[in-house]
Amino acid sequence: MHLVLFFIFGAVCVGAAINLLVQKHPINSALSLIVVMGSLALLYLLLGAEFVAAVQIIVYAGAVMVLFVFTIMLLNAGEEEVLPHSSRVAIVLGVPGLIAGLAIGVWVLGRFAGLDRISIGGPAILNGTEGFGNPQAIAHLLFRDFLLPFEVTSILILIAIMGAVVLARREE
Amino acid sequence: MTIGTYILVSVIKILIVVFVLLTAVAYTVLLERKVVGHIQNRWGPSRVGPFGIWQPLADGLKFIFKEDLTPPYVYKPLYLLAPIISVTLALTSIAVIPLGPWITVGGIHTPLGIADVNIGLLIILGVTSIGVYGVALAGWSSNSKYSMLGSLRASAQMVSYEIALGLSLVGILILSGSFSLRDIVDSQAGTWLGFIPRWNIFKGQIIAFFIYIMAAYAETNRIPFDLPEAETELVAGYHTEYSSMKFAMFFMAEYANMITVACVASILFFGGWSGPVFGPPIVQSLLPVLWFMLRVFLFLFIYIWVRGTLPRFRYDQLMAFGWKFLLPLAIANIIVTGLVVALK
Repeated sequence: MHLVLFFIFGAVCVGAAINLLVQKHPINSALSLIVVMGSLALLYLLLGAEFVAAVQIIVYAGAVMVLFVFTIMLLNAGEEEVLPHSSRVAIVLGVPGLIAGLAIGVWVLGRFAGLDRISIGGPAILNGTEGFGNPQAIAHLLFRDFLLPFEVTSILILIAIMGAVVLARREE
Repeated sequence: MTIGTYILVSVIKILIVVFVLLTAVAYTVLLERKVVGHIQNRWGPSRVGPFGIWQPLADGLKFIFKEDLTPPYVYKPLYLLAPIISVTLALTSIAVIPLGPWITVGGIHTPLGIADVNIGLLIILGVTSIGVYGVALAGWSSNSKYSMLGSLRASAQMVSYEIALGLSLVGILILSGSFSLRDIVDSQAGTWLGFIPRWNIFKGQIIAFFIYIMAAYAETNRIPFDLPEAETELVAGYHTEYSSMKFAMFFMAEYANMITVACVASILFFGGWSGPVFGPPIVQSLLPVLWFMLRVFLFLFIYIWVRGTLPRFRYDQLMAFGWKFLLPLAIANIIVTGLVVALK
């Protein structure tokens, strides 16, 4: 069951990612990206990380992408211009070359980094602990085990927000 | 419970809940027209059946038989997708709302409500945050000034008020220690001194309640925050170019969202389905649902009452109110609640 769902949502994710690149209109690309985010959230859910899945939807699909779509709407961005003479050499040699390069990369990683030992399965196989990924477990990690890194990150984000406000402020 | 029984029970629950929800949506429209009518010294719908109770049926038939116009200059894929997104997401969030305690029917022990998940509140927030796309895409794909302005307003407003909405709920989460709506209801059981119920609103969350209600009115585009469809300025806002069933879908989405907000407010702040339980077993298992429905009805009534009473905000007032007043207030509420819980 897990495996079937994994392949369905994995295929949706990859398909939407390819669609994101192929589409000419920015709003279609933005919507494809939302589908990618959504299927990633479902993959997290399959791994038993329900909190991360929900946050993925709320933050990425719900907040970040809304701003993307909002900007596209506000600028009324039109269709992307296609270059009149796309290089035929690039297509004939580039696409097979890219695939070969990727295949070699995956083989090397699988051979030396132990990627072939990773198995796809339920949450129990991955981590062996009950309740991994639920809100309580994540809260324990964030607010007890990794409190200092967490707080440092939040200060970093705060500085980034203040920087953005200073940069965006109009000079009087 | 075997997987077969589980699926059967789930399908039955889904059919019942969706039927009840859609009927409730239709009759909320009628309630709104009646109540606003009486507020304005009119009768409201009164011709179709006694007190106009068959009016929703007539409205539905009318929507189905109207011509489904598609203006020539719309961007068709998204123009068709937008109402579907709106209504689907509006109906989805009811799935995680518990409607009553666990019951046993014919040896099957099952919770009232479709799904009992431990991150219910987060799912509702997630579905709400995705709901913006229905409105945003409707306005953009219609290729019309009024729709575009309406949807720009709607996106900005919904994104802004989502923050205050989310933060207003953190106090509840601190008090109950769970994202599960059922746990939150259970944490409000019991009374003080035998008659004051231990609802969250009496545990110092009254400010959070008002922040939540105001932010939720803005999220559902209702008066006094109905700028996305301000008919005096924008014809009908983001759904100006929609007709027939497609318009009806936006309409259904709006009312279904109102019902969800009413359910969440009852669960989080007013003890969900708690109330006196008595009588034979069948009454005992159904009374909590009645208490829950009464609270939801009360919130829907307040929604309509506000609509009949308050004027619309100006857009800059709306933004200033959300960012400069509700947001700091919500953060202050979190800090105070956190301090009280930590020092207790």
